Amino acid sequence: MSALVLRGGPVSVRVERRTVVLTAVLLTLIAGVGLLGLSYGATWSSPAKVFDALSGGRGGVVIREWRLPRVAAALLFGAALGIAGAIFQNITRNPMGSPDIIGLDAGAYTGALVAITVLSGTSVQLAVGSVLGGAVAAAAVYLLSLGGGLSGLRLVVIGIAVNAILMALNSWIVLRADLEVAIAAVGWSAGSLNGVDWSDVRLPFGIIGLLLVAMVVRSQALHQDALGTELAVTTGVGVDRLRLQLVVIGVGLTATVTAVAGPIAFIALAAPQIGRRLAKAPGVPLLPAALTGALLLQGADLVAQMLLAPVSLPVGVVTTAIGGCYLIWLLTKEVRRP
Amino acid sequence: MTARLTARELTLRYGDRVVSARLTLDVPDGAFTAIVGPNACGKSTLLRAFVRLLKPADGQVTLDDRDVTAYPTKALARSLGFLPQDPVAPEDIRVRQLVARGRFPHQSLLSTWSAADEDAVTAAMEAAGVEDLADRPVHQLSGGQRQRTWIAVVLAQDTPYLLLDEPTSFLDITHQYQLLELLGGLRDQGRTVIAVLHDINQACRYADHLVAMKEGRIVAEGAAADIVDAVLLKEVFELPCVVVPDPVTGTPMVVPLPGASS
Ligand SMILES: Nc1ncnc2c1ncn2[C@@H]1O[C@H](COP(=O)(O)OP(=O)(O)OP(=O)(O)O)[C@@H](O)[C@H]1O
Ligand SMILES: [Mg+2]
Repeated sequence: MSALVLRGGPVSVRVERRTVVLTAVLLTLIAGVGLLGLSYGATWSSPAKVFDALSGGRGGVVIREWRLPRVAAALLFGAALGIAGAIFQNITRNPMGSPDIIGLDAGAYTGALVAITVLSGTSVQLAVGSVLGGAVAAAAVYLLSLGGGLSGLRLVVIGIAVNAILMALNSWIVLRADLEVAIAAVGWSAGSLNGVDWSDVRLPFGIIGLLLVAMVVRSQALHQDALGTELAVTTGVGVDRLRLQLVVIGVGLTATVTAVAGPIAFIALAAPQIGRRLAKAPGVPLLPAALTGALLLQGADLVAQMLLAPVSLPVGVVTTAIGGCYLIWLLTKEVRRP
Repeated sequence: MTARLTARELTLRYGDRVVSARLTLDVPDGAFTAIVGPNACGKSTLLRAFVRLLKPADGQVTLDDRDVTAYPTKALARSLGFLPQDPVAPEDIRVRQLVARGRFPHQSLLSTWSAADEDAVTAAMEAAGVEDLADRPVHQLSGGQRQRTWIAVVLAQDTPYLLLDEPTSFLDITHQYQLLELLGGLRDQGRTVIAVLHDINQACRYADHLVAMKEGRIVAEGAAADIVDAVLLKEVFELPCVVVPDPVTGTPMVVPLPGASS
């Protein structure tokens, strides 16, 4: 198959031509929906005006301070969710083993709700609460499915049950909360980017950036792990340490997004599988998952803003509507699988 | 013959099921060792212990007098190559991509496809006879083609030790002998080969050192000519037979007697 090989000094890489083309196409589409997101709003701004605003022109405050953080958040969060999904689908070797299905989003959201209702709900508390909630949910799913191992349908089914329990718990917390808090939490519970501004996203962007760097460092080992435990170990992957690191990265990404935007479902489920099919690459590749995730979330956020304009829907409503259909299709396919 | 890879007083078990107790084996260096024995006697289990996929309940496996668990994972993977009995390929992978995965222990974050990687993969595919299949998806191959692809993966790993669990089980007779010749050639280049084989005549013909196992124990080991006779076959396989010299190589050849299975 046609591949590009780059070598120079100690550096050498090989990339499939198809991956290069796909990356270029996805980046172009992302630039397109990104630009659309910056143009769209209460008043339409022409692309020329958007570029002027981005290069610091006067009168671009709305674009720079309101629309840009929202678009940046949609793209980066989408990529983070896509990667988190790819991580867990690789570890569980199951297309349904993604964090939103197995209860990690719901767990992170529980942590965030506790941070708001019990504590004062500063952004650091939200971040810490979400990470702890996500980690506890991951640990619970892991311990309950122990014996079945990390992989397989057993973990997914237990994850779905844990997810349902946590969703019920989340509703209960919201119902018991003060009215003010409850109203805020409900708008957020579907997963929403409404009103996101720079002060909300600086810290999360930093954390996601670090986690993505860590993921790049471990990405080859992740793909080697797809050979199965036996060959992964005998070709030099420390699988126990690797899988723990991957779970930490995946929970970290999911929880960070949830802390800001609430549990945005189905991006983590669908993006890695769409990316995999487009790339025709072995296993569940990371880069296509990230790019597809960014494209999906920004696209969904545009739809959420336009559908009932001028009212902006939570983006999670849109991803759930689209993703729900995908999940049904996936379930029927999985059940029929021999 | 010297041994750099050894098993000392190994006790191997899965949960409460003890497979081997106090098993000791010195793998002769630079030789072809074949392990034979009936189903479920613990051959795969022993190989898995050698490549530290199974932690011994007692005893240790050493390479150059050092416990294999003391090696960094990648360093050990540059010494010991292993082919499991039934490996599973990732979805949608092509032959060349799968063979390239064998290079993992030689790669680093920045160097994922060096000239050495490319040469090793090409050579491994040629040696295993899968160069014509390079761009085919592994899931669309026949059982034998797939097995040769896996052999290429281990060859690409380019290790001084090759531990192969039933590498010939899916191959037609020609490919079986081609593989055995290939392994013999690697041995001649100084590599150490350890293979689980089910065809005892092939084992007698190609192995320098034969290890006969039963119920987790080593019943006999040594040159085939020294240990293989009707008594051993009766003891290990419960197979009444006569042992005659192979008309071509003179190594022992096992001919089962009629009604042997009853
Ligand atoms: N993962 C496992 N868990 C529990 N028991 C196992 C496991 N793997 C193997 N065993 C048991 O250990 C014993 C030895 O198995 P092993 O796979 O080593 O046999 P083998 O000699 O390779 O047989 P074969 O020729 O059929 O491949 C068998 O009784 C088997 O049932
Ligand atoms: Mg076996």
